[in-house]
Amino acid sequence: MPLSIDDVRRIAELARIGISDAEARAVQAQLNDIFEMIGRMQKVDTEGVEPMSHAHGSALRLREDKVTEGDQREQFQSVAPQVEAGLYLVPKVIE
Amino acid sequence: MLNASLKGLSAALAQKKISSVELTQLFLNRIEKLNPALNAFITVDAAKSLAQARTADARIAKGGAQPLAGIPVAHKDIFVAKGWLTTCGSKMLSNFTGPYDANVIERFNDAGAVILGKTNMDEFAMGSSTETSFYGPARNPWDQAYVPGGSSGGSAAAVAARMAPAATGTDTGGSIRQPAALSGLSGLKPTYGLVSRYGMIAFASSLDQGGPIAKSAEDLALLLNVMAGFDARDSTSVERAREDYARDLEKPLAGLRIGVPKEHFGEGLAADVGKAVEAALKEFEKLGAKRVPIGLPNSGLSVPAYYVIAPAEASSNLSRFDGVRYGYRAKDSDYVHIADMYARTRAEGFGAEVRRRILIGTYVLSHGYYDAYYLKAQKIRRLIANDFAEAFKLCDLVVGPTTPTVAFKIGAKAANPVQMYLNDIYTIPANLAGLPAMSIPCGFGKDNLPVGLHIVGNYFSEARMLNVAHQYQKATDWHKREPAGIQA
Repeated sequence: MPLSIDDVRRIAELARIGISDAEARAVQAQLNDIFEMIGRMQKVDTEGVEPMSHAHGSALRLREDKVTEGDQREQFQSVAPQVEAGLYLVPKVIE
Repeated sequence: MLNASLKGLSAALAQKKISSVELTQLFLNRIEKLNPALNAFITVDAAKSLAQARTADARIAKGGAQPLAGIPVAHKDIFVAKGWLTTCGSKMLSNFTGPYDANVIERFNDAGAVILGKTNMDEFAMGSSTETSFYGPARNPWDQAYVPGGSSGGSAAAVAARMAPAATGTDTGGSIRQPAALSGLSGLKPTYGLVSRYGMIAFASSLDQGGPIAKSAEDLALLLNVMAGFDARDSTSVERAREDYARDLEKPLAGLRIGVPKEHFGEGLAADVGKAVEAALKEFEKLGAKRVPIGLPNSGLSVPAYYVIAPAEASSNLSRFDGVRYGYRAKDSDYVHIADMYARTRAEGFGAEVRRRILIGTYVLSHGYYDAYYLKAQKIRRLIANDFAEAFKLCDLVVGPTTPTVAFKIGAKAANPVQMYLNDIYTIPANLAGLPAMSIPCGFGKDNLPVGLHIVGNYFSEARMLNVAHQYQKATDWHKREPAGIQA
């Protein structure tokens, strides 16, 4: 079933991406083209096929529980939009 | 010098025929001359590069320096480099200076190589033409009206125009191999997990893999020797003994079984590309290889499966760009809710293609659609990997075209995402399976634009693939051709 304009708005909200009505309409057509292409998958019988999430199996390595990184707060905060007293600042919002 | 192989440059440096400072300056001059038209680099910082070159010269003077010491290498702007602007081709990171080095950068630095600059790319590596870059499209040195491919298009344009001896790239669905093919170069996407993803800005983590773009298979081997290796900071890095990827270059090809998948020679393959690939297959037969017909029956499903899996992973990976800890933030205004700040930051900071893919990913992972899309795509992914496993029972390598057509004109596919996505139809299966794959030049097609030959190997068979490519390049000279009009 093709995506409605409300679907597009809802997805954009979930993705935290602002979207104007004109953009939503343009994106709606493109997404429906893409999902039509993706829809070709549905014709294939995949009953009993094990899903593959990763090239080399799913078991990840464990590491020792020890500190490997030093304090780099200043360096990392130097690229932040707004910081004060070592804290990340966000605009004042009214909840 | 501009046309020399890495081995040649290494020898010239060792024999003091040229210093690293002189060599680096030579390429910086070349960039100054050609980059305004080609837009291959986003950032060039001569002072930084020359400082590294001076250090390299001191190392070389002491003797016993590593093979790439003193050689300038251009890096895709997806690799975080300490003190370098690292944008990933996006407005979102247009103000981001790397606070640390990616593992790949660290490895080149340790080897004594010089960072020559950061190359243009599709925004967050999402694209096949470099047109989605916030910094404007890179241009194909073979004809500037055409795209150099993407997403590592800036790296390809830089090497093709001899603005860099070699470059790094990343490949999630073809982003090393497709630009290499479209720009007349050799490019290798290693087995998933061979090159560390630490500091490589994430697009689709189960598919992303870094690799080299260069003028020959021999150069690729030397670059991979530096790039590959275990890194504990990448949870999917594979633990393996070190190998010399150049060790088998000179082996003869007698007895090699080349699998030719009929699915990659059917509808959609342009005649000029098909003809060049067919000639390459004949050349391999002359070199002693045997041709084996194989099937990859689920290959046609790779684009649909990829456009579920990659956007799903991207939507999750790119959720970190919210205007709080780094990168762009929408200009202050009277937000009523913090979510407004996120929404405006992400609407303004991401370009259209990145927004589109985040929306696709968000949808396929959302409640009620997960099984129909994401789980289904993962099952198809298994079928595609199984196809290769069957094929490798019959052959050593799978060979075909890298792309359905030669380079297309800038703007030709920009308005039609599905058309653009179909560019990667032959390259995506290797990413889904996690297999190593490469592209090498094998001729010219329409408008005298380069054609790429695609070679897929079994897991960890890079040395064999490079051997096969090198033997082909000893018998042919396609890889030695350079773009007309800007000859070095």
